[in-house]
Amino acid sequence: MSELFIIWSILASQILLSLAMGCALFRMVRGPRAQDRILGLDALYINAMLLLLTFGIRTANTIYFEAALIIALLGFVSSIAFAKFLMRGEVIE
Amino acid sequence: MTSTQHDMAVAIIVSLLLIVGSVFCLLAALGVLRFPDLYTRMHAASKAGTIGSSLLLLAAGVHALDATILIRALAGFCFFVLTAPISAHLLAKAAHQAGYRLTNLSVTDQLPRDRHSSGR
Repeated sequence: MSELFIIWSILASQILLSLAMGCALFRMVRGPRAQDRILGLDALYINAMLLLLTFGIRTANTIYFEAALIIALLGFVSSIAFAKFLMRGEVIE
Repeated sequence: MTSTQHDMAVAIIVSLLLIVGSVFCLLAALGVLRFPDLYTRMHAASKAGTIGSSLLLLAAGVHALDATILIRALAGFCFFVLTAPISAHLLAKAAHQAGYRLTNLSVTDQLPRDRHSSGR
């Protein structure tokens, strides 16, 4: 019974996260300017990491959890680097 | 409390965290899709997205029933709360510097006036 709860809620949250990834992907492809594309890429990164986390809960495997934390770190660093590049034209001054 | 009741309580908590967190993530992405300009889009993505991802991280931490995983989930939560505003602020600053205009619906832009009054 408790397994059933978790399986159905994981399925629902995976569907919702996939829809969120679709919205972010649309913004990344369409986005009128470069800043919008970076924002879309950031949202896509976070949603992909959360999808990986739900896979981890489903298989009860904690290695997905570590991978999700590393992906979150890389997403933060990459969006900072993109924003800095747009602001100054170079990443490392 | 018996063991099946304990399992059931954990399952209900994890399911609630999963559903609420993913609904918040979907609302953040809908905001990114539907709002009229970069600043309002960023407001949706950095607030609702932070809450959604924090709730999902907590769900993973609670589901593992392991203190080390829970503590790492809490560390990830703190990381998100600290870093999402930084990246949003830097991106908004880059956009404002590049001359990205606000949408016509927005009422006021206080950044030029603040710059002027602080003598820069």
